[in-house]
Amino acid sequence: MIAVEKITKTYGSSVVVDGVSITLPKGGVTSIIGPNGAGKSTLLSMVGRFLSADSGTITVGGLDVTKTPSDELAKRLAVLRQDNHLAVRLTVRDLVSFGRYPHSKGRYTVEDERHVNEAIAMLGLSGLADRFLDELSGGQRQRAFVAMVICQDTEYVLLDEPLNNLDIKHAVEIMRLVQQAARRLNKTMVVVLHDINMASTFSDVIVAMKNGQIVASGSPAEIIQPDLLSQIYETEIKVVPVGSRLVAIY
Amino acid sequence: MKSTLPALLLAGFILLVLAVASLFVGVSDVSLSSLMSGDAKSLQVLLVSRAPRTAALILAGSSMAIAGMIMQMLARNRFVEPSTIGTVESASLGILAITVLAPGAPVIAKMITASVFAMAGTAIFLRILKFVPLRSVLLVPLVGIMLSGIIGAITTFFAYRLDLLQSLGAWMTGDFSVVLKGRYELLWIAGALGIAAYIAADRFTVAGLGQHFTTNLGLNYRRVMLLGLTIVSLVTASVVVTVGSVPFLGLIIPNVVAMMVGDNMRRSLPWVAILGAGFVLVCDIFGRLIIRPYEMPIGAVMGVIGAFFFLYLLLRRTSRAA
Repeated sequence: MIAVEKITKTYGSSVVVDGVSITLPKGGVTSIIGPNGAGKSTLLSMVGRFLSADSGTITVGGLDVTKTPSDELAKRLAVLRQDNHLAVRLTVRDLVSFGRYPHSKGRYTVEDERHVNEAIAMLGLSGLADRFLDELSGGQRQRAFVAMVICQDTEYVLLDEPLNNLDIKHAVEIMRLVQQAARRLNKTMVVVLHDINMASTFSDVIVAMKNGQIVASGSPAEIIQPDLLSQIYETEIKVVPVGSRLVAIY
Repeated sequence: MKSTLPALLLAGFILLVLAVASLFVGVSDVSLSSLMSGDAKSLQVLLVSRAPRTAALILAGSSMAIAGMIMQMLARNRFVEPSTIGTVESASLGILAITVLAPGAPVIAKMITASVFAMAGTAIFLRILKFVPLRSVLLVPLVGIMLSGIIGAITTFFAYRLDLLQSLGAWMTGDFSVVLKGRYELLWIAGALGIAAYIAADRFTVAGLGQHFTTNLGLNYRRVMLLGLTIVSLVTASVVVTVGSVPFLGLIIPNVVAMMVGDNMRRSLPWVAILGAGFVLVCDIFGRLIIRPYEMPIGAVMGVIGAFFFLYLLLRRTSRAA
């Protein structure tokens, strides 16, 4: 369970996250949606201890993220931010292997090796494992980053816009993978998404944010509602049921 | 990635050959036969001058190349090294300060002062970088060049006022002809730091991925930065104090190695060390031969070869990117 309590973050005079309190259930896929500047990434950065909050507390699986030793937390929580730009030249395998660092501290065991190979295969990168990241396409690189956090093998995984740069095929594959990780391995997956229909299709819980606050949270059926979405995105949005899914049209 | 071990062993063997060659190149005649015949003078030249010089070349070459590589990880930029961001200039300022304030200070005190100055100068550079968007690849080395220009100007100003310009010139130009037994041993510290860098190699690679990746993997980013800063500063200070500045090395070698085997320091650091030592040996042997019986300082040889090489790297890079 991830418990966020009265978290506030301001930059100068602008309040980016405004007294947010929310409890995300353990297990399952939680999507965070909302327009640009809603505070989604900032909230995720604070949960991932990249940023310190001005006030409030955050616990992940009962551990306070500001007080728990970082290397302990790294075995429980993995976070991938958006826009990962690397200046170093690493192979896919190098990068994914670093996901094992919290467990192995650099001494790779057979067990680590297995995790690395699994993660690489899971993201369809087996043929590219020994290629350098700077020789790959944006989408392939993005998958390598996801493979790294999967390889970290933590109970909680936070992904900030993991579908950036991905075509439809790979975007759907990543979301299926996220769903599988939650269902089969009982992980808690939290994903920031721009595509409402991806959120509608693959989430167990959707959290909608706007102006630094949480506007609504609940099951896809509760959140994917025309009035609510139109208000959040300030755009007229219709919702059409297709089979068992709700599809937003804008 | 296939194992690079056989190639690495071959490179190590070539380094060994160069080291042996370095023992037998110079004005006084030292040859295998003169040593065999028990010529006392030959033996003395070998033990007091040639062997220390060769050791100094290997230690300084490998440790400065490693320092360059660490600096590139810390700054997350390919185009920086201690002599282009103010570390070397700061170390010289430190040497100037202690020469003026405590002229009789032992060499270890000089090194410590130079290290403290080098650390401060490098820390200023890294602090400025926080305000520079890291994506602009060229802005980072430009900031470094400006900062080293400023620190260099301060040093030159005081050296000029205190009539120490000539000594300053001597510190700043790398020259291994001054190396004698008893006057180079500080470089073993640099060598030991190179080994420390290998032990911490994974941390530096992770730091090269950036602050968020480092935190995510449970490492304390600031602590890794501080460790790297300390190693870079101590290596630079010990090299500048004993033989003077060895420019370009930390820039060229890590870039060449990155093209060959990538930046995972666990794999690339041995390459950086061997190629760094080899390049310095080649340049020094060349400097000893080209105008013999005189010698050309290695800083000059390296500057020329290094500049061409660097130009080649840049052009190659752009043509590949285009």
